[in-house]
Amino acid sequence: MSLSPASFDYVAALVRRETAVIYDAGKEYLVEARLLPLAREAGEVDVDAYVLRIQRDLVEARKAIDALTINETSWFRDNAPYQVFTDVMLPALLEARGAARHLRIWSAACSSGQEAYSLAMLLHESLPSGWSAEILATDVSTTMLERVAAGRYGQVEMNRGMPATRLVRWFTRVGSNWEIAPELRAMVRTRHLNLAAPFPPLPTFDIVFLRNVLIYFEMDVKCDILRRTRDLVAPDGFLLLGSSETTLDMDVPWHREPIDRVQVLRPLTPAAALTGA
Amino acid sequence: MHALIIDDSRAMRMILRRIVTDLGFSCSEAGNGEEALAQIAIGPRPDICLIDWNMPVMDGYTFVTRVRSEADLRDITLMMVTTESEHGQIVRALAAGAHEYVIKPFTPDAIVEKLTLLGLVRDGVPA
Repeated sequence: MSLSPASFDYVAALVRRETAVIYDAGKEYLVEARLLPLAREAGEVDVDAYVLRIQRDLVEARKAIDALTINETSWFRDNAPYQVFTDVMLPALLEARGAARHLRIWSAACSSGQEAYSLAMLLHESLPSGWSAEILATDVSTTMLERVAAGRYGQVEMNRGMPATRLVRWFTRVGSNWEIAPELRAMVRTRHLNLAAPFPPLPTFDIVFLRNVLIYFEMDVKCDILRRTRDLVAPDGFLLLGSSETTLDMDVPWHREPIDRVQVLRPLTPAAALTGA
Repeated sequence: MHALIIDDSRAMRMILRRIVTDLGFSCSEAGNGEEALAQIAIGPRPDICLIDWNMPVMDGYTFVTRVRSEADLRDITLMMVTTESEHGQIVRALAAGAHEYVIKPFTPDAIVEKLTLLGLVRDGVPA
């Protein structure tokens, strides 16, 4: 069984149009692997038949887009950015936000929420009393946002990078799943957001995690997202990309500030951006 | 870096052996806790033990308590890899001295990520 070129082209164009995520030639296997379970669930004989179906079934089309835009994720992914979050960013912000005593963090492209809840754990464990924090978790997939809001994870997901001490502290067993503590769930708000489209009105954030998602966009879309994100980050705020992502050779208003092998980005002021400082 | 895999299932030992040797660890195996203690006594001394809970002769929990009662074995990292998945069981293993806990079934990535968390792997190779 293999995916026909026409089916692949249709799906690639659909996903690109709706989310700006690119499936290049050679990714047929990935499209097939992600759509096959949906084809079976929908009672179609194969993925080609399923692709015909999504051309006239908007609900199925939405499911297909969701399936093709989710990424594998783990708790405290890559470790080092979370270390920098705790050791560098939080102390700086605790000093700078002493009056407001409130922090706002954006987990952009949050997938199933491991990043947002990892941050919630660190904040709960680190913030002095009298401080509060909120985390906005956004994603293009409504299915993923429902999962984040539910805060329930299967056993295989829980094994992915979750320290055992935090598992027992922050989760309770519910059947075969693990459910996150209500106080952490209360810190995380979900919202549907397509990074490639103009942002809806959003507050100013102290820290933005925009990790492992820009790789799916073309260069001009990446630059546009980075420019628009700058407008949402406090002048002394922080942006973190994935460990394999960089702004090198990109004309974007961010200054690279490597900390312990982690590429931390700081916003350039409009004047500094104009002079290329 | 040396890993000792302690599991009464030969198939599970093979799966774990493949994961840790792919990372660059040397590896030995034991079918229960008593065999594992005997192996540690004669060497090679493991940097980490991956330990099943339910095994004949000596179970994984007893093995952990025995290793933790020996002062000169304090530097060995202990990670449970088991089907025991109750909240209370995990608490019990950690209280006895296990450093980490993986619940079966797991993906190879899960083992690599836990070894990274424990500081035994860095950038995909033994630290």
